[in-house]
Amino acid sequence: MTGRAFRALAVTALVLAATPAARGQELVADLSSHRVAISTGFTGSQVVLFGATGGEGDVALVVRGPDERVVVRRKDRIAGIWVNQAGMVFEGVPAYYAVASNRPLEAFMSPAVMARNQIGVEHLRLIAEADGREDEVATFRAALVRNKQRDGLFPVELGKVVFLGARLFRTDVYFPANVPTGNYTVKVFLIRDGQVVSAQTTPLFVSKTGMEAKISQFAHRNSFYYGLFAVVLALMAGWFADFVFRRV
Amino acid sequence: MQIYLPIAEVSVDAILVLGLGSAIGFLSGLFGVGGGFLMTPLLIFIGIPPPVAVGTEANQLVAASVSGALAHWRRRSVDFKMGFVLLLGGVVGSTFGVWLFALLRGLGQIELVISLCFVVFLAVIGGLMLTESVRAILRRRGRAGPRRRFRQPNWVRALPLKMRFHKSRLYVSALLPLAVGFLVGILAAIMGVGGGFIMVPAMIYLLGMPTAMVAGTSLFQIIFVTANVTFLQAVNNQTVDVLLALLLLTGGVIGAQFGVRTGVRLPGEHLRGLLALLVLAVCGKLLFDLVVTPDDLYSIAGGAVL
Repeated sequence: MTGRAFRALAVTALVLAATPAARGQELVADLSSHRVAISTGFTGSQVVLFGATGGEGDVALVVRGPDERVVVRRKDRIAGIWVNQAGMVFEGVPAYYAVASNRPLEAFMSPAVMARNQIGVEHLRLIAEADGREDEVATFRAALVRNKQRDGLFPVELGKVVFLGARLFRTDVYFPANVPTGNYTVKVFLIRDGQVVSAQTTPLFVSKTGMEAKISQFAHRNSFYYGLFAVVLALMAGWFADFVFRRV
Repeated sequence: MQIYLPIAEVSVDAILVLGLGSAIGFLSGLFGVGGGFLMTPLLIFIGIPPPVAVGTEANQLVAASVSGALAHWRRRSVDFKMGFVLLLGGVVGSTFGVWLFALLRGLGQIELVISLCFVVFLAVIGGLMLTESVRAILRRRGRAGPRRRFRQPNWVRALPLKMRFHKSRLYVSALLPLAVGFLVGILAAIMGVGGGFIMVPAMIYLLGMPTAMVAGTSLFQIIFVTANVTFLQAVNNQTVDVLLALLLLTGGVIGAQFGVRTGVRLPGEHLRGLLALLVLAVCGKLLFDLVVTPDDLYSIAGGAVL
């Protein structure tokens, strides 16, 4: 299925690459799959992004998970024990954030261009609820990024975009085992002479599937019945165990 | 075999979890203890988020206490009247406990409180068990001392609202079992334990219940308290992972049966001493984690949790 989609995609990209000028399109890209399914044995997944450019230029792409509200807390030592003390809330934190390009970003983009398009972790626009503690925002922000990086949700390494010939490019978008669920976007930029000449956004859905999805949805949407279900299940298991082992 | 837990949102080795369940089940069958006070910390050690470890362990304890209470019921060693008074206190206590749990979680302190509670209680239980078993070993070598007959403390006898408990041959204030139930209910909610380790000594030394009635009656009340905790944690905090609970209770049930059958053939004091050392080791590890300087002083909590 994935293989067939991938081939279809490659053919489409080739056709488009042959006639970009005629179509007036600078950039075309698509994913081998628009859905990442988390099932029982999920240990991470890979999606291929394939595309073509209409001319010279560098390609950068940003994979961004759904925005979240995140609390960053600092531990302080109280009576010998480390206790969470000061905290700061950040809004608009992507659950997942990865960047890929064909060569180092600084080589073909100015910091201003990167900042405008939020390319690179340091250019993410995170809104802090500082409440008069503006001097601490940078420290907490760095801690947030560090924690996300440690969890593998802000991959430190720049992904590789590989050019096949002059116009055709591909890259592997990797999702780790702990990837958060939700609506993702994959934004592809074509950069020429230091300016973004074209950009394209492709949606991607990361969702739990099979039994996990059902249990998780049940627990969050119908938590009342889920609670009852959990209790009844345990009562029956206990009774069943007694029933079986009474005869042994 | 890795398996993804839908509520804990982590992948764990199913064989490891089954093994843990059977090992703790074995110990609980061997010693007649619930096992929650060892299981919850061990779940935390293998990477289950502490709130999920607590909620899920309560769920597993429902099953464990049902099969335990049924066995006692057949031996007629359950005092239902006493159990009912205890569980009234327990249901109120555990409801309060789940509310407290949500509050502490919002403040970002729940993991600390869970760890601290375990450090304190494990240290006390482990210490008492160790001294008890060492004393028993020494006594067996020497001569047995005379046993004192139990008398209720004076302040206990002065309490109002006296009730008669025929099965336990007791005439005692209902306030006392209500208070014991309440306290144990809070612990059940915050620590994911049945609380047998508090309730059993309290029933013997405070209420003066006959030892034969104690285990069955406490198991009977634990069914209701852990059921209440499971339900309320699922509704308020979404921290009950039925898949994890199923793995644990499958291992636990089988382990417990082996434990019960092995128990009679081994010298009790030495085993209890070993269990005490295990309890103290878990306590030490938790304390170490609280005291040692973390790699990163900053941590993040995501989603809607605030």
